[in-house]
Amino acid sequence: MGDSKSVKIAFDCVGGDFERAGEASSKIKKMLQRLGIPADIVRRIAIGTYEAEMNVIIHAGGGNVAAEVFPDKTVITVSDKGPGIPDINKALQEGWSTAPDYVRQMGFGAGMGLPNMQKCSDEFDIQSAVGQGTTIVMCFKHQSEDL
Amino acid sequence: MNLKDVQRLLDAEVLAGRDYLERQVETCCGSDMMSDVLAFTKRNTLLCTGLTNMQVVRTAEMTELSALVFVRDKRPDKDILVAAEENMLPVLVTGYSLFEACGILYGAGIRGCHKRSK
Repeated sequence: MGDSKSVKIAFDCVGGDFERAGEASSKIKKMLQRLGIPADIVRRIAIGTYEAEMNVIIHAGGGNVAAEVFPDKTVITVSDKGPGIPDINKALQEGWSTAPDYVRQMGFGAGMGLPNMQKCSDEFDIQSAVGQGTTIVMCFKHQSEDL
Repeated sequence: MNLKDVQRLLDAEVLAGRDYLERQVETCCGSDMMSDVLAFTKRNTLLCTGLTNMQVVRTAEMTELSALVFVRDKRPDKDILVAAEENMLPVLVTGYSLFEACGILYGAGIRGCHKRSK
């Protein structure tokens, strides 16, 4: 499967813009539906992407959300030039969060985002450097696990 | 049961998605924490919540909730209802509290969507 057979779409997200938060994930979800990706896989991709999009809007002052759809898989890459994560293992623990109170009042910041991205995706990678930013890559195979 | 039954049981008003009230409801979640909704709900779950911001509609879109019920008569801004209509998402509002609304639905046979971990 060469790159020439993939479809790419990418969006910049503005930090702190909670009115538009989720638009990138919404557009990616609609594209995947149009491409005929199985519904249960589209749902997992949408949830993982939305969690990552919310993270860059909440924590990183914005970033980029990109989807690349191959015949057999979709790869979501979410990157930012935010503060970075000092201890990734801690951040991957359920319930661990640095979200401020105003974010919790919006229904986020339960410390479930990164664990949920891991749960939803078939492959999950996170690279982060303090003061430089964070990049998350999630891979979703198009063949349903339920088959 | 379908959303019309939910509307009747909760004495609710329909604010959006009037065309989709035949939709079946089997499971329900009561939460103001969208992180939990994203992590633990199944497709076609009904969400009862006191949170009325745009993230509730986005969360419903991503997790494919069957409908939203806003409790304690909390009414969202118009742009949230427009977004709900765009996503074919019924939005109901009830005067009951979150606890009462969930209790009424549970009593009528609706079950939770999260497996108990002990």
